[in-house]
Amino acid sequence: MRAETLEALAAAGRERRAAILVTDLESGDSRVVAEDGSFSEDPFGDELMARFRSGRSGLVESAHGKAMLTVRLPPPRLVIIGAVHIAQALAPMAGIAGLDVTIIDPRTGFAAVGRFPGARLYPIWPEEALAEVPLDAFTALAAMTHDPKIDDQPLAAALVAGCFYVGALGSRKTHAKRLDRLVSLGVDPVAAARIRAPIGLDIGAQSPAEIAVAVLAEVIEALRRRGGDT
Amino acid sequence: MTSIAWDAVADRDVIEIAEQWLHQGRRIAIATVVETWGSAPRPVGSQLVVDDAGAFEGSVSGGCVEGAVIAEAADVIASGHSRVMSFGVADETAWQVGLSCGGRIAVYVEAIS
Repeated sequence: MRAETLEALAAAGRERRAAILVTDLESGDSRVVAEDGSFSEDPFGDELMARFRSGRSGLVESAHGKAMLTVRLPPPRLVIIGAVHIAQALAPMAGIAGLDVTIIDPRTGFAAVGRFPGARLYPIWPEEALAEVPLDAFTALAAMTHDPKIDDQPLAAALVAGCFYVGALGSRKTHAKRLDRLVSLGVDPVAAARIRAPIGLDIGAQSPAEIAVAVLAEVIEALRRRGGDT
Repeated sequence: MTSIAWDAVADRDVIEIAEQWLHQGRRIAIATVVETWGSAPRPVGSQLVVDDAGAFEGSVSGGCVEGAVIAEAADVIASGHSRVMSFGVADETAWQVGLSCGGRIAVYVEAIS
């Protein structure tokens, strides 16, 4: 592998872009294919597409020879808007499940360190916080404050950024009003329909911790089916 | 249903470390698991970086074949010729990592030039 190839691979990781290292095992030649680049003309085009989705590395054979495809996906993140009771359960659970968790809430009484020991906490407005932790396709966002002033902006931002999961707490009625507000803010109605609300898989959850389980399950489902039907 | 292999995520650091070592002027090689049969301890795509002094980060197995890979890497770094190494994982090692039936892995070792 040439130094430039290694550098391109490392840069993709730092910029949270998915990339595949394609290595010809006979010649030793290698190159980097980015998910956001064009690879329809690539001899391994379909295979690359499938592997970006599954995240699985492996050998492929074609008329062009045998190649190793080493897939590198950015670590998945979860951004929770609202340092609420459910978030106190969701943050540690999501951490155990392998998600890198960020909690944002401008209400400093909620976003208190004592309520979230060890968590990455931003006691500022989502707009400011998201400038520091940008949303992307490998980030999930769950809006949980019930307050449009806090929830709406990050929900719109998550749809624009193509977050793999966007969920919002609130009843169907609350959500219908939210959709109206988002569309009036200029959000594409088709994109807005991606918001999972009421939030969480329907497991009859009642307590904050149970709702956290339902939300986490829904996030994991979205991650594992990324680029699939949903 | 497709599913995300979490290990595609876990090996990010090896490439970061490799780049850092390269920029420090160290001569390095990268080893990548390219094929597994049976119960291999680390999945395909797992990586390890090694320098010409034998320092390494990452893993291609539960620890059982790292020594051989590192020794071979010294030769790969010196010659510049990449190669594929095959290993059978001993039953005892497989048992230690919680596997019951052993396994085999193929590792591609290449120098960074």
